[in-house]
Amino acid sequence: MIMQMATLDESGSLAVRQLSVYYGDKKAMGPVTMTIPGRQVTALIGPSGCGKSTFLRSLNRMNELIPECRVEGEVKLDNESIYGAGVDAVAVRRRIGMVFQKSNPFPKSIYDNVAYGLRLGGMKDRSELGGRVERAIKHAALWEEVKDRLHESALGLSGGQQQRLCIARALAVEPDVILMDEPASALDPIATAHIEELIHELAKDYTVVIVTHNMQQAARVSHNTAFFYMGDLIEFDTTQVIFTKPTQSRTEDYITGRFG
Amino acid sequence: MSRSSLRPSRWPHVGDVVLWLATGLATLLVLVILAVILIDVVKNGVPRLTLGFLTKSPSDGMTAGGIFPAIFGTVALVILMTIAALPAGVATAIYLHEYARPTAFATRIVRIAVNNLAGVPSIVFGLFGLGFFVQFVGGGMDKLFYGGDKVFGQPALIWAALTMAVLTLPVVIVATEEALSNVSPDVRLASAALGATKFQTIARVVLPQAVPGILTGAILAISRGAGEVAPILFTGAAYFLPTLPHTLHDQFMQLGYHVYVLATQSPDVDATRPLLYATVLVLLVLTFALNASAIVVRSRMRRHLSRSHG
Amino acid sequence: MNGNNIEPVRPPSDRAPRPAPGSSPSRVDTALTSSVSAEGTVTMQSKNPRRLESRRPPLAERMTELAIHVLAYSAVAAMILILIFIAKEAWPLLTSAAIHREVTLAKMWFVQQWPGYDAPEHIWQPVSEIPKYGVWPLIVGTIKVTLIAMVVAVPLAVSAAVFVSQYAGRRTREIVKPAIEFLAGIPSVVLGFFALMVMASWFQDVFGFDSRLNALVAGVALSFAVIPVVFTVCEEALGAVPRSYVEASAALGAARWQTITRVVLPAAAPGIAASIALGLGRAFGETMIVLMASGNAAILSANPAESVRTLSATIAAELAEVVFGGPHYTVLFALAVLLFVVTFGINSIGDFAIARMKRRMGVAS
Repeated sequence: MIMQMATLDESGSLAVRQLSVYYGDKKAMGPVTMTIPGRQVTALIGPSGCGKSTFLRSLNRMNELIPECRVEGEVKLDNESIYGAGVDAVAVRRRIGMVFQKSNPFPKSIYDNVAYGLRLGGMKDRSELGGRVERAIKHAALWEEVKDRLHESALGLSGGQQQRLCIARALAVEPDVILMDEPASALDPIATAHIEELIHELAKDYTVVIVTHNMQQAARVSHNTAFFYMGDLIEFDTTQVIFTKPTQSRTEDYITGRFG
Repeated sequence: MSRSSLRPSRWPHVGDVVLWLATGLATLLVLVILAVILIDVVKNGVPRLTLGFLTKSPSDGMTAGGIFPAIFGTVALVILMTIAALPAGVATAIYLHEYARPTAFATRIVRIAVNNLAGVPSIVFGLFGLGFFVQFVGGGMDKLFYGGDKVFGQPALIWAALTMAVLTLPVVIVATEEALSNVSPDVRLASAALGATKFQTIARVVLPQAVPGILTGAILAISRGAGEVAPILFTGAAYFLPTLPHTLHDQFMQLGYHVYVLATQSPDVDATRPLLYATVLVLLVLTFALNASAIVVRSRMRRHLSRSHG
Repeated sequence: MNGNNIEPVRPPSDRAPRPAPGSSPSRVDTALTSSVSAEGTVTMQSKNPRRLESRRPPLAERMTELAIHVLAYSAVAAMILILIFIAKEAWPLLTSAAIHREVTLAKMWFVQQWPGYDAPEHIWQPVSEIPKYGVWPLIVGTIKVTLIAMVVAVPLAVSAAVFVSQYAGRRTREIVKPAIEFLAGIPSVVLGFFALMVMASWFQDVFGFDSRLNALVAGVALSFAVIPVVFTVCEEALGAVPRSYVEASAALGAARWQTITRVVLPAAAPGIAASIALGLGRAFGETMIVLMASGNAAILSANPAESVRTLSATIAAELAEVVFGGPHYTVLFALAVLLFVVTFGINSIGDFAIARMKRRMGVAS
């Protein structure tokens, strides 16, 4: 099913056409066709095992780290295909960043964690690095808590702080899109609230795609929602529509908790 | 926002190629070294490796005959060593893993001792064997039981075996500890829930499951025991003995020691060369067989574990 | 969970019902009887055969547990005994006047002027008309051989570990790891034999050194023994780096080699350091390889192509022919004490440095 969104913002939109992912010979997901609007939050919901995480990972070519994985179809960031012939996956990931379910800061200092992506790109000037690091941490709403201990180990932060650090780390390279795979599922309610607030703020400057198994979170946080089931995209619309007047019965069943 | 284009690049990163190549070559080099050693020994040793070689005694000044006494001596040494090392090593590992409180002073001392024991140079063990076992214990035994005759107060099979046991103690301890930690905590909990004491759980549930790991440790210890020469230089090994050792206080021939003396002190290098290579080959085959069986035991244990954990 | 025997169940007296003094005791359970004390507190006791009071474990169990606890100190006992008994034989070096006529601690460590020589020199020549016991040629020899071995072994072993843990497929790993384990199992006397018989001649053909057996030959042969030690620990450390770090790095747009050099290697640094410390200990204390391949001439020089004598080889070579209790004998045991102490020191420093490294990385050690 092809769904089009009413407003198409050219900066940071992801156009997905007939995307399928195979593990060996088994099809894990697809074909999916949808256009994720730029500068908005799009939530991917569905029961566990429905393929939403697999879909998310194919948006920044992270699936390629799995040996048996094969991707068919097309994904375009604005108008450049990320799977095109000769396109470097590494470069793709500089424009499309990712935050994981379990926060994974490096065993380095807070500063070095955030500066990691910048140094990869060759940035060496200390003042420039410092400025970008500060900006990213502020953007992730973490600055006040860590500004006095930037050179301490990142592993000393709480779970919620670590996750915001990972977000800051992803923001530092100033991507166009940020993918989040259940970013708050390992956090307590207060930390979760922080993250949700942050996501809301981020949408002003970035395209955010977030996988969540928490429907209320999707309803709170996103502009658009896509419902996945058994490897297929069932429905994609504004969050308002999905949660109040879904057109597919399976969507309605899931939303109302009849299964999941 | 940085707008670097999705750089069309067909080539893998230069860095990746360089790193892969450099590390791959290093690996290859290590394998080549092993191959060269093996090929040289096999090529020169096989011609002399006959059944007679394995069963006869050396003759004609080590230029003919076989090395059976050295094989016998090595086996005797290793058996005695294992009898001594296994109980002490397994007990230490059980203590460390099951009874000791991790932060207690006693625990830390034992751990430090085990770690450092593993690092003591092998010649120091030899001197320890000489000073403690041969002179102190052996000499003491002579005074007490033999009225001053030199029976145990000289290099002997038993002292060499005990010296080697001390040397291989860390090997047994480490392997046993690994085996103990691989026993799943669920099984221990189940045993405790059924009312077993700590000792009963260890004896009836944990230890039986740890046996393959302990076996691996024993095999590795034996492998070391068969090959180490420095500790037995002064505690019991001899170059040529007319008879096989038949008491604990006899001296003995040993494969590694034989190689050492033959290689460095042979009066006619060319004539003894075939015997020397063949002895080395026997030693290597022995080591290989032991290591291979340890690997097999360990991999079977791992497979069994992963199956039982689902 | 320490599997203690179950404690007897006795309700605390302030929880038990307190009947008025003089009233009859209550029976709560047929298996329990209660009695009232003078102050009116009630205690319950089990009479049932399946009672919950602790019973003492059988004698056999207790004896075995005792045996375990005693045997557990065998390693500690061994270390202490080793030190005591080698120090005991070396002690006369400090105390005996007879020994001092020939050698003292000072004569071993400081430059001596020997008759017939132009200038003061460090010389180790215990078997000669005028016995000389200068230790520095031995120490320098040990350092030379160890250094050469480490310089060859560490880069090779660490690189191989990186390859096997980061690049190699499963089949490659199943060939390489057992091969290196086998290399580890080769007795050092065989490596010494190989160095003496084959490597020395090869080096001679290629480089044309004056001495056929020298520090270089011994050092390279020694590296064969060190490589498996370093490789095994390194490979384990690299493999233990959590996959989440690798994923995070990849998601930030790092190429594989950047992830390896900037994230994986630093994260495995304590393990790599431990492997090097282990390898160093192995190299330092090794006896047979050096005994057979280093030429056994106590020459004090920086040239790797010259023969050397190491501390351990000296002990091994000379102890067979010394007079029991004489000065030479005592000095050799003193060298053993030196070896023991230095190895202990290297081990301890290594452990300390690694613990500190782990702490700095924020990982629980």
